[in-house]
Formats: sequence, structure tokens, C-alpha cells
Amino acid sequence: MADLSTNFVGIKSPNPYWLASAPPTDKEYNVVRAFKAGWGGVVWKTLGAEGPPIVNVNGPRYGAVWGADRRLLGLNNIELITDRPLEVNLREIKQVKRDWPDRAMVVSLMVPCDEESWKAILARVEETEADGVELNFGCPHGMSERGMGSAVGQVPDYIEMVTRWVKKHSRMPCIVKLTPNIADIRKPAEAAKRGGADAVSLINTINSITSVNLDDFSPEPMIDGKGAHGGYCGPAVKPIALNMVAEIARDPATAGLPISGIGGVSTWRDAAEFLALGAGSVQVCTAAMTYGFGIIKELNAGLSQYLDDKGMTLDQLQGRAVPNVTDWQYLNLNYVTKARIDQDLCIQCGRCFAACEDTSHQAISMSPDRKFEVIDSECVACNLCVNVCPVQDCITMEELPLGAVDERTGETVREYANWTSHPNNPMARAAE
Amino acid sequence: MSNSPTTPGIQPGRLSPDAYGAHFDDLYPAYDPHEAMVAADRCYFCHDAPCITACPTEIDIPLFIRQIQAGQPDAAGKTIMDQNIFGGTCARVCPTETLCEGACVREMAEGKPVEIGRLQRYATDSLMERPDHPYTRAASTGKHVAIVGAGPAGLSCAHRLAMHGHDVTVYEAQDKPGGLNEFGIAAYKMAGDFAAREVEWLLGIGGITIRTGQALGRDVSLDALRAEHDAVFLGTGLGDVNQLGIPGEDLDGVRDAVDFIAELRQTDDLSRLAIGRDVVVIGGGMTAVDAAVQSKLLGAERVSMVYRRDRAAMSASDHEIDHAATEGVTILTGATPVAIHGQGAVAEVEFAYTGGDETFRLKADQVFKAIGQKLVPVDGLATEGRKFAGVPLAGVWAGGDCTGGGEDLTVTAVAQGRDAAEAIHADLTGNGI
Ligand SMILES: Cc1cc2nc3c(=O)[nH]c(=O)nc-3n(C[C@H](O)[C@H](O)[C@H](O)COP(=O)(O)OP(=O)(O)OC[C@H]3O[C@@H](n4cnc5c(N)ncnc54)[C@H](O)[C@@H]3O)c2cc1C
Ligand SMILES: Cc1cc2nc3c(=O)[nH]c(=O)nc-3n(C[C@H](O)[C@H](O)[C@H](O)COP(=O)(O)O)c2cc1C
Ligand code: SF4
Repeated sequence: MADLSTNFVGIKSPNPYWLASAPPTDKEYNVVRAFKAGWGGVVWKTLGAEGPPIVNVNGPRYGAVWGADRRLLGLNNIELITDRPLEVNLREIKQVKRDWPDRAMVVSLMVPCDEESWKAILARVEETEADGVELNFGCPHGMSERGMGSAVGQVPDYIEMVTRWVKKHSRMPCIVKLTPNIADIRKPAEAAKRGGADAVSLINTINSITSVNLDDFSPEPMIDGKGAHGGYCGPAVKPIALNMVAEIARDPATAGLPISGIGGVSTWRDAAEFLALGAGSVQVCTAAMTYGFGIIKELNAGLSQYLDDKGMTLDQLQGRAVPNVTDWQYLNLNYVTKARIDQDLCIQCGRCFAACEDTSHQAISMSPDRKFEVIDSECVACNLCVNVCPVQDCITMEELPLGAVDERTGETVREYANWTSHPNNPMARAAE
Repeated sequence: MSNSPTTPGIQPGRLSPDAYGAHFDDLYPAYDPHEAMVAADRCYFCHDAPCITACPTEIDIPLFIRQIQAGQPDAAGKTIMDQNIFGGTCARVCPTETLCEGACVREMAEGKPVEIGRLQRYATDSLMERPDHPYTRAASTGKHVAIVGAGPAGLSCAHRLAMHGHDVTVYEAQDKPGGLNEFGIAAYKMAGDFAAREVEWLLGIGGITIRTGQALGRDVSLDALRAEHDAVFLGTGLGDVNQLGIPGEDLDGVRDAVDFIAELRQTDDLSRLAIGRDVVVIGGGMTAVDAAVQSKLLGAERVSMVYRRDRAAMSASDHEIDHAATEGVTILTGATPVAIHGQGAVAEVEFAYTGGDETFRLKADQVFKAIGQKLVPVDGLATEGRKFAGVPLAGVWAGGDCTGGGEDLTVTAVAQGRDAAEAIHADLTGNGI
């Protein structure tokens, strides 16, 4: 059994899985159930400033995208931050931390953009003896219209300023949660780092409309005939989150800044991918909301077995894929592959043919008796056929060895060379 | 009545009254919408899909399944009906394991094809639930076509002709239209009054008149039909049956299987339908299987189906034979009937091992003969084997079971009726052929 215990910016937890700030972490009852199930930590549902509690809609707050068997692929929500009194939340946080000292207890915060508001709430949170705070600069709906959440997260200068206040008024580790609703995720990460953040966490939810009601002509979820954009999360957002995590992990300006990875983590494999791209902990929301807290057993057991099988420690996994994330211009243009169809596995559906013939490079032939073969002299190695083939490993990409001739170009396969030195690259010529 | 499966003789009411409903209900119930979505999701939308080629009516199967995926099962039903106006019956009765589903690439990949038949039922049911008939008629051509036989071949021909603007009169010998959909197919495949509802729905296009109780050769002649109409289509099916030609064939309790099934299909209260305790069915085709299974479902204690050649030679599909075995039918192969014994009524059937002299006897109080159907000849048309030898008369077409070539399946009858309609249309409107 691999050791999964984690120390993330001084916050210790028995495993790297935290529940993200959201309904699963909104009160003591849920969080205690989560800890009993084995979750490593929680980021408590975002607290707002002292005052009259937040008001949520009383109609539906979720929209969804499903697969054919109603597998939930993406979820969107128009929920706001906690709608329970600050007092009650703080009391419960304190109690839970006392009862579960080995679990990570991070408190998510979102208060108006002035130093006094932040100073006031930080003092209250410190009293709970929570392990750290997470600044919610991500929420894309409801709070952003009031100058909070992603309204702050989309302006790097504000992020830096608020982070500075937090570090000034608190001894607690400070994690800045980033919104993906921005053109270049590195900018807010750099700002957080400049402001003194101990870590960033990402992603929060993505602005979205999951579907339109074609009878009432309103976005879903529909509240009395109208809908508003909501925040998208769940398996569908993972690719976007992975890229943003990788961008921060490999950018020299932010490299080394601890990252808590969030977005679509549903199985141990998703978690391992975030960790390999540089995350030091992962947070989970939709998967827990879909299947309940019991999934933590698979998350833990799966990661542990993977590490054992690889003979790796958690530390060795962390960031392991980062050096291999590069820019297009550095990819080896002399790496030549050709699609290969395993005739024994082929079930003759012809999807590769339709894809290549209709939409790609006419590089697959079809015989009258439905035999499908790759025409090397046409195959550009895009691997679309691999991706549309319903049979795993039926079509694979075979690398041509050095010295072999690519029948399509007539060129001999040579050593590594990339775009920066390619004869067709005007910049390369200019450099000569 | 207190009869049971072990009551001797041919008796009604062998089961408790509510058992009949359960026994003769849909063998494969309709999908609910979620099941349909999951089943439809398994389709790969193959290029030039093999299932289309395997369907005698060439339904665009990947297209209709995609329409189910996209949430429009009724539009999917229309795609089906465009090719096969009996898509509803075919969904229920086609031996899909040897047709579309047999060709499905997932059959090759996993031995588990996309359930095309059940998806087809889901789609056609959705379409037929709509209040409107989905097809309209072209402007009237002023031409009039006579169709003989209101079975799948005749009505498929009629519908397509009506669509092209011709007026159609269907002459049907029975007092009800539908052919073997109404009188032949196993009850648990066509549960409820589906056959009648489907004919009703099909007639919704208009322009088709059905004259029941009008038999060719008895009430009308082919010459008269040719004289009064611009074209004639014969879809008379196979109205006669083969005989065993062995001693004892006329004993009480010996009966033709097609007759028995027709009576069963027309009986409102199956608890009143008498069935033997020991039933022997002679034959190896679909009719034999249906007679045997339905005997069992009516409460017969022992049902044996005996075929003279080996199992591979049986024309019933593996799926049908397995179903019979599952229902408790004993299947014997390689045994030829040589005599039926009994005093007035049947008591035993004697069989010889095929190709040998040794014989054995099976106890029987009821015997069903299912050894093949054949044509009732029509004056002026030659017969070859059990079918028409071809239709050489000008202005006369034929299709379905009464013609050679098909496999005696509903779906081939539908295809032939439809194609004959296109040929007639081309002929009548001079649009080449
Ligand atoms: C017991 C049984 C079970 C079957 N099960 C299946 C099955 O599960 N799946 C499958 O695909 N196929 C099955 N078949 C075969 C299928 O029913 C036939 O292939 C199909 O019905 C043929 O259609 P048709 O229109 O050619 O003939 P029919 O359905 O036989 O229709 C012919 C019509 O013509 C009428 N007619 C006959 N002679 C005259 C006349 N002289 N004048 C006027 N009208 C006349 C008849 O009354 C009848 O209405 C089964 C057949 C039988 C007997
Ligand atoms: C109903 C709901 C409410 C949420 N509320 C908050 C919140 O109050 N504060 C916050 O930082 N993130 C909130 N989130 C975002 C999640 O913490 C998380 O960043 C996002 O859902 C992506 O992770 P996932 O794909 O595992 O769900 C909420 C998400 C959901 C579904
Ligand atoms: S890799 Fe691309 S180009 Fe080559 S055969 Fe496959 S689809 Fe066609």
C-alpha cells in the first residue's frame, strides 16, 4: 500500500483528496460523513461576510449533460455561496476540526473587495483553528455581479491586492482559487504569486448554458420561464482544467507554485493525471455529488495500487509529466507514424473509412467484402481513425524507424527536428 | 371446469384463468424510453451498414437508430415505414438473428448485436401512436388496380399504389384482412389485436377498398379482374397444406397445424380452446415450432416436435428452436412418421428412424401436421412445386409466399409487394421500368 499522506503548503491530510468547496462541504453533517468515509480533507463551502445570509433561487439550480445511459457528463449550477449564517458555519468548522484533527480543513472565503472586510473575516476563521483559507475568485454567477468571485478573479491586479491583504492579516496558508473564465490562466496565477499566495487551486466552474428548452425557449435550468448562465463542472471540464494546471506548472513565472487541482476528478486515474501535471492535492465536487462519498474508497485504492505497480511514491508522481508538456513548435516533425488496422480485431463497421474518406485524407481503402486497409502513401498519421474505431487497439499508430521512407512524402525518416529550424518557417530563415 | 395439464384427452381450461393472459402476452415487451436510448446508443452507425443489406426491405437501420438517439422515435418510425409499411409486424416477427441482427458488426464483435428488432418496434409504435397517417396520396392517376389477398404482400402493394395515386380494390377470401399476420403468426409475437390495428392504420392513407369474402376462383375470376382493372396483383399466399399420406391420418385428433393456429388466433377466450394432454407435432419449420409452443402454453402436459431430418436442416431458426426447448417442448429429429394408431381417435404415432427400419411410438391424444404449405392453383396460371411457376400474363403481377424466391417470411412478402407496386406504377404511367 503506497503512502498517500500529503503535506500541501503545510496542510496535512491522510490522502490527497479534498472535497471542493460546494454543497458537499456546506455543513458539519456532510463533512463528518465525508471524513467517516475516508476523505482526506475539505474546503468548506464559501463563507461570505457577516450580515443577512445569502439568498438562493428556490427553483432548480442545476443543468446537466448526460450520456445515453444518463451517465452525468457535465453539471452546471447557479448556486451562490453558503446561505447559512456565518456564525453557524464557524462554530461547526471549529467543532469538526477539533473532532478530526488529522484531516485538512480549509475555509473558502468571498467577501467584498475592501481590506476591512477581509481582515474581519480572517480573524473569525483563525479562531476555528482551521488549517488554511481558500480565496474564492472563481464563482462565475450571482456573486460576480456584486463585484466578488470571478469579477475579482478576472482582474489580476485585484487578485494580487486581496491576496496581499490576506497574507498581511493572517498567519494561515492562503490558497487562491482561480476562475477558468479568462483568456490566459497564467496571468491570475502570477498575480496570486506576487501577492504572496502559498498556492493556487483551479479550476472553478466555467460559464455555460447546458441546454435550451425547445418548448419554452429558455436556458436550463429554467426558473419561471427564464434561465441564467451557470458554472459548468464534472467530467466534461477535466481537459480544460488539466491544460490550465499544466500551463501554470510549466510557466517559469509560476513554476513551483503549489497547485490544488480541481475539475472533473471522478476516478483515481483523473487524480493521477492532475498530480502528474504538477498538482499537490486534488479537489472533487461533482463526482461526490453524483455518487456519494463512497467513491473515496476507489480513489484511494486505485491511486495506491497504481503507485505500487509503478514502484513510485506520491512525490515521484507529482509533476512527472510537466517536463513533457511543450509547445507545438518543439514537437519532432521527423516522428512519422502510419495507422495500422489489425484485421483480426476489425469488426468491419467501416467508421474509419467514413472518417478518413469523408473528412480526412482518403487513406483507407474498402474492399467489396469490407476489408479496410491503410494506404501508406496517403496516410498523414492524424489518428482520427484510431479515435473513431469502436474496438480498442484495433487501429494503432506504428512509428517508422529512422532511415525508412515515408511513402506519402517520399522522404527518409531523419533525426529529431522541429518547426523552429524547418525550411518552411520564415522565422527560421530570418534567423539564418 | 377443473381440468389440469394431466387431464386425459383434448380438453379446454387446463390452466388457471389468469395464466392465459401471461402466456400469450408479448414475448419481448416494448422498450420504455430509457431502455430504447441505451439500446440505440450501442449502434455504431456503420459505413454502408451490413444490416441494411441483410434486411429484405433495406431499411436504413443506422439512420432510424440515430433518430431514436436524437429523441425522435416517430421520425425513426417514418424512416422504417418508407421502406416497409409493415415495419410494426416485422419488428415483432422477423427472425432478426438471421437477418439484420445477424449481420450487425456487434454480433461479430461480442455475440451481442444491437437489438434492431426491438428498436424498430419502439420506433414504429411511436409513429403509429400519432393521430395522423404519415403518408399522403399523389394526385389521382385515374388508374385502378385489383389486388388478390389482403396479406402482407397484397397490402404492402396496395399502400404503395395508393401513395402513387392509383385506386386499389383488394379481394380477400377471408372475412378479415391481414393474411397470416391475423391468422398465422404466433399469438405471443402479435399480442393483442396488433394485426388488425396495423391494417386499420395502413388503410389511413385512403384509396384502398378491401372486399372481404371475395375469393379468386370462387367469387371472381382472373379474367374478370383483368378486364375490369388496369393491373392485377396476386398475393394469395399458400392456402393449402401438404398431407402425410400415412395410415390413420383421418383419425380424430389429427389436425393441420395451420388450422389450429388460425383457430387459436381467432379465439377471444383461450381458456375455451381445447388442447391435448400428449401433443405430437410433425414438422421442423416455423409453423411446427409455433404449434408446439402454443400447445405447451395452452397447458398440454407433454409436447413433442418430431422432424424427419437433422436439426441443421430444420427451417425454423436456432433462436425459434431454443425458444421451443425453453418452453418445455421435446425436440426429436431423424424420425419419419409411418402410421397413426388409435380406435376412432388418435392414441399413438409410430415413427421410423429415418433411413432405417426400427420404429418407436409416441403416446398422443392430439397430432398437428406442419409439413409445409402449398399454393391453391389459379385457373390460367401454371404451378411449379408449391408455388406459381411465374406470371406470364400481361398486366398481372404476383408476390409473397405464392411466388418462388422468397423465404416465406413476412418481410420478403412486404418487399415483393412494394416492388411489384413500383413496377405496376411504372407500367401504368409509362415511366419505363
Ligand atoms: C404458423 C406460421 C407462423 C409464421 N411465423 C412467421 C414469423 O414468425 N416470422 C415471419 O417472418 N414469417 C412467419 N410466417 C410466414 C409469414 O406469415 C408469411 O411469409 C407471410 O404472411 C406471407 O405473406 P403473403 O401476403 O404472401 O401471404 P398470406 O399472409 O398468406 O396472405 C395471403 C392472403 O390471401 C388470401 N387469399 C388466399 N387465396 C385467396 C383467393 N383465392 N382469393 C382471395 N384471397 C385469397 C388469404 O386469405 C390471405 O389473407 C409464418 C407462417 C405461418 C404459417
Ligand atoms: C453546486 C455547486 C456549488 C459550488 N459552490 C462553490 C462555492 O461556494 N465556492 C467555490 O469555490 N466553488 C464552488 N463550486 C465549484 C467547485 O468547488 C469546483 O471548483 C467545481 O465544481 C469543479 O470541480 P468538479 O468538476 O469536481 O465538480 C461549486 C460547484 C457546485 C457544483
Ligand atoms: S491516421 Fe488519419 S490519415 Fe491516416 S488512415 Fe487514419 S484517419 Fe486516415
